[in-house]
Amino acid sequence: MTDDQAELEAQFAQWRHYVQRRRELTSADADELEDHLRGSVDELVAAGLRADEAFLVAVKRMGSLDELSREFAREHSERLWKQLVLTGDTDSPAADTRSRRDLIAMVGCAAGAAVSIKAPELFGLNLEQDGAFYAANLSLFALPWLAAFLAWRRQAGKAVIGVLVALFAIGAVAANAFPLADESQSLVLTSIHLPIALWLVVGLAYIADDLRAPRRRMDFIRFTGEWFVYYVLIGLGGGVLIAFLFGTFEAIGISPEGFIAQWVAPCGAAAAVVVAGWLVEAKQSVVENIAPVLTRLFTPLFTVALLAFLVALAVTSGGIDVEREALILFDLLLVVVLGLLLYSISARDPLAPAGVFDKLQLALVLSALAIDVLVLLEITGRITEFGTTPNKAAALGENIILLANLAWSAWLMVGLVRGRTPFAALERWQTAYLPVYAVWAWVVVLVFPPLFAYL
Amino acid sequence: MKVTKDLVAASATPMVLGILAEADSYGYAILRRISELSGGELDWTEGLLYPLLHRLERLGHVESDWRSVAGERRRKYYRITRSGLAELAEQRRQWDTVVDTLKEIWLGRGDTRPLIAIQLGGYA
Repeated sequence: MTDDQAELEAQFAQWRHYVQRRRELTSADADELEDHLRGSVDELVAAGLRADEAFLVAVKRMGSLDELSREFAREHSERLWKQLVLTGDTDSPAADTRSRRDLIAMVGCAAGAAVSIKAPELFGLNLEQDGAFYAANLSLFALPWLAAFLAWRRQAGKAVIGVLVALFAIGAVAANAFPLADESQSLVLTSIHLPIALWLVVGLAYIADDLRAPRRRMDFIRFTGEWFVYYVLIGLGGGVLIAFLFGTFEAIGISPEGFIAQWVAPCGAAAAVVVAGWLVEAKQSVVENIAPVLTRLFTPLFTVALLAFLVALAVTSGGIDVEREALILFDLLLVVVLGLLLYSISARDPLAPAGVFDKLQLALVLSALAIDVLVLLEITGRITEFGTTPNKAAALGENIILLANLAWSAWLMVGLVRGRTPFAALERWQTAYLPVYAVWAWVVVLVFPPLFAYL
Repeated sequence: MKVTKDLVAASATPMVLGILAEADSYGYAILRRISELSGGELDWTEGLLYPLLHRLERLGHVESDWRSVAGERRRKYYRITRSGLAELAEQRRQWDTVVDTLKEIWLGRGDTRPLIAIQLGGYA
């Protein structure tokens, strides 16, 4: 092949790359159009043009890709309503077998999760009577299967799989080895923190193919948001299904109540954990993400709500003086703010200049920061007054972790809004912070019970 | 002189079907043939041709397959179907009506000469 030809081929390859980025055009269209372009180039070369000249003229004649895609979009509007391809009918047979194998693996893992949640009954435990056991172990039934599915998809190495197994084993020990009474604070804390710790283990399985890349961690944050949306949607569908089961069986004189409570609901809830994860993976490139859209909707509303609260607080009294439950509510509020921040970061175009939305977000973070400081004051006040309990210590730790994150985020966002800090710095900060949550969750699960004498 | 976009769009289907009725062909060759037959007056774009071919395929008027003809690249060839031939006949009837009517208006028949002679070339 001469240099000229090689260069021409490179140009064709580049052109093809541009064409395939258009979602209106399938790869068969790209083949057809490339053949057209080659025909055009051949003719121009035959007429005496040099190869590179001929390529330029031919591309120019073909018209802009925008126009071409628009015409294709008009004819193939269904392509823009990207569809979730479950079986067959994709562009390439390789993708076909891949999605079928995924489907089989998913069904296997979902079945595993459903069986896991029923397995304790073999040992005489009961979903209704042994609430404490199930509360502490809930995340251990489904999350390992989700992690298994993801690790399988990523073809995780032996070392990663070993770490995953070890962490889930430690989780199982933490949930069951400590002598905790059914009403102890530590049991409640474990029930809350173990799912968080294990979810980040799922994250490890998610990024198994590229452990060090910050972008993969961001992908996991996106995955988390989408997974949540899908899980809620599946839950709503499941509710409708249960309502129909209930109504129709009652109508013929059979009471399905026990069956639904013992089998349909728990098995469905466990299996849905895996199914939701599979859906996010399967449709990743197919449908636009929904979590960032929700974030965009709710960021302004939460900002207004927080600001209104701060104003009301300033007008009425000087501090937050509330019950323990209300303090937890404030913690949850801060977590929601952090979630909003994370999801808007995950969806933002990293190169876009700072806009109104970024300023709005800064206002949200600053007001959350103010609330966090107030809550911290309240908690430290309580600890100095009444002494520490596991609950207070956990709340204190969480507030400090959130404070650090929000404070540095606010600092970076001020820089972003003023055009001094690149957006990537904010992104890097959030992805680098993920292990902090994991470490803290494990500390609460593993260290707190012995530390507070199994209170 | 270039033919207007509306007119190109309206006449595109019978032209493509007509060319495919002669022989199976592929996109680039169809475009060349149109250009040749119209003396370069018909300005067809790829954005017109390929979506049209795909629509005709969806409607069942043409079929396509990838062929490797000796000495050529692998190409997507289009072939007219029976329903395509029927469609072509129908379109041809309609176009004959339109063309005949226009001829009536512009040239007139022997017994009813037009009141105003409309000539090509305008006021020049």
